[in-house]
Amino acid sequence: MVTRRNAVHSAIFLIATLLATAGIFLQLRAEFIFIVQIILYVGGIMVLFIFVIMLVNLDVALHQIKFARQKWVALIVTLALTAQIGLLFWTTGKMPGQGFPILTAAPVNRLPPNAEAVAKSLFSSYLLPFEIVSVLLLVAMIGAVVMAKKRT
Amino acid sequence: MQAAAQATLDFLKLYWAPLLCGVVIVAVLPLIVGYIVLIERKLMADMQARLGPMRVGPHGLLQPIADAVKLLIKEDIIPDDADKLVFWLAPVFSVGAALLAIAGLAFGPAFQIAQDLDIGLLFVVGISALGIFGIVLGGWASNSHYSLMGALRSSAQLVSYETAAGMALVCGLLFAGTLNIKSIVAAQGTQGVWFGFLAPVAFFTYLVASIAETNRAPFDLPEAESELVAGYMTEFSGFRWSLYFLAEYTNMIVVASVATTLFLGGWLRPFAKVGWLNFLDYLPPLLMIGIAGYCALRMPKQPTRVQQVFMLAVAGLCLVVALVLAAPVLLPFVKPSLKEAVAPFYAGIHGGFWFIFKVSVYLYFFMWLRFTIPRYRFDQLMRLGWHFLIPLSIINVLVVGVALIVGSYFNLQGWALLLATTPAAILALVVALAILSIDQKNQVRQEGTAATDFYAG
Amino acid sequence: MLPIGHYLFLSLALFLLGVIGVITRRNVIVVLMSIELILNAVNINLVAFSRLYGDVAGQVFALFIIADAAAEAAVGLGIIIAFFRNRETVLADEMDLLKW
Repeated sequence: MVTRRNAVHSAIFLIATLLATAGIFLQLRAEFIFIVQIILYVGGIMVLFIFVIMLVNLDVALHQIKFARQKWVALIVTLALTAQIGLLFWTTGKMPGQGFPILTAAPVNRLPPNAEAVAKSLFSSYLLPFEIVSVLLLVAMIGAVVMAKKRT
Repeated sequence: MQAAAQATLDFLKLYWAPLLCGVVIVAVLPLIVGYIVLIERKLMADMQARLGPMRVGPHGLLQPIADAVKLLIKEDIIPDDADKLVFWLAPVFSVGAALLAIAGLAFGPAFQIAQDLDIGLLFVVGISALGIFGIVLGGWASNSHYSLMGALRSSAQLVSYETAAGMALVCGLLFAGTLNIKSIVAAQGTQGVWFGFLAPVAFFTYLVASIAETNRAPFDLPEAESELVAGYMTEFSGFRWSLYFLAEYTNMIVVASVATTLFLGGWLRPFAKVGWLNFLDYLPPLLMIGIAGYCALRMPKQPTRVQQVFMLAVAGLCLVVALVLAAPVLLPFVKPSLKEAVAPFYAGIHGGFWFIFKVSVYLYFFMWLRFTIPRYRFDQLMRLGWHFLIPLSIINVLVVGVALIVGSYFNLQGWALLLATTPAAILALVVALAILSIDQKNQVRQEGTAATDFYAG
Repeated sequence: MLPIGHYLFLSLALFLLGVIGVITRRNVIVVLMSIELILNAVNINLVAFSRLYGDVAGQVFALFIIADAAAEAAVGLGIIIAFFRNRETVLADEMDLLKW
């Protein structure tokens, strides 16, 4: 996705990545996050991206170089970062996860319905962040409308 | 190698029923969609005082097959500058999303592909929202102005009405208490009343929003023949166009099924739990016998031999179906010991019949609207969605929530809940209409600028 | 559930791909999409740990991140549209109004 010249191709590959991520959530038995990812991320955010790409799609952009001048420096730094974190994983002796303490073993056969569990937690312990996020979304909506409106 | 084969066999043994349902649906759905199109053309003809397709096969019944063959052998034209990857991908996205949404639905207590999905309804709604990509990418890949405008308009319409549809579903879910499809229908069974009666405003909102969601008339400006050629479908020919077509009618079936499940009692017989109305169980076989009798009666009046034979064949088929429907109901009379063994068959067969019947009524209403009401202009469409339906559905959720609390305070159950929810529905309608009238007063006639000129391009 | 290391490594890989996209691409829309990729990597991490410990707080956090990503994408794209209207470009190299 980061190497496509055409922005719409990039968006399509990102959609594929997001669907795959949703699949991983489903495999982790987080059904509610799976469907929220599909509805919000793929069905909402990516539609927005594709609209904007179509609005600003310039043919001239297709024929220019796509990577900025700092690409080699960036690549070297990223590889260094990968090596560092990989070393961290390696020097703990084993693959990470076997060293992590498991506090409560999650029941395997029948988890409580995921939507209910998330809702219970969302509306009792995390009620304040929930309300703040709703205000945030309102502010973002107003901001986006103001930014994209034509100054007549 | 041996372990892989064993694992496959185990998987098949465990999931043979959903797999079979899946294969049946993918194989049979294009045929069903073709015949729904034929029914629509016959209905259109009937409402316009003519006969419809009569030439291909007796009474035009082979018309869908002729259409399918024609579409398959048509030349596949790809525009010159079109983006080949996206051009190929767009119809695939559309039809894939529509068919995947069918996987989450239950067409009867026994016919469900994704069994026991705890987020069943949300899954169907979310996946069918993915169809927007097929439209937008198809319009963009065609590399033509008309397609792009049609695609952008269509997807703007879909996105606008998704919120209203979702809120209407939330209102229905307030009564159900769960997202699991079988549990929703079971809740309507235990409460003894369909949620469409308890939440009429939500049902109406979902009806209108689902017509807009599937690009059906009167909201079909993006794809109407007299407007932007065929909108986003202009440059697609042959098989690709038939994929879009299949996706549209499959979406219709999906929204009809969702509305039936949540608002019309799913596969429950009307008054399912009321004992003295059990004679309604005989209604399906009697209906089928009635149709068979009508076919047999009209047989002598057919002009050609082929059509006479065909009428007799249809009558025979209806009799067979009537027999299949009557068996689970009549056998417990003949042999009382069989009552327990027959019960799952009764639930499955009669449940399937009632579900298909309700979906057909909903689709008939769609088709009826298409032939009756003129098209909405695009800005009128957007105004209806944003300024009326979204406030209506949100206020409806609020007041129905309050009504439910009041109902549980007075311990109202089933039909008695109507006492609480009807005033709530009236209140929601009044407030939304007040908002709409205020908005109409504020609306100034705008002169056409580039930003608001929807007919530009 | 696979051993947690697999999910951590996947999350790391997605994160680094997103970082490369943000740092090296010129088209700012692709930069925004790479930011979404980074947020998704973090989400995978959170949900994997939530499953490991049986605590649903990780999923709630992931939910908040998704909502936040939506808000940020909307505002970011609004800014891009406004800039495009003025300067007719979406390449980061050419957005140099503040350069002396």
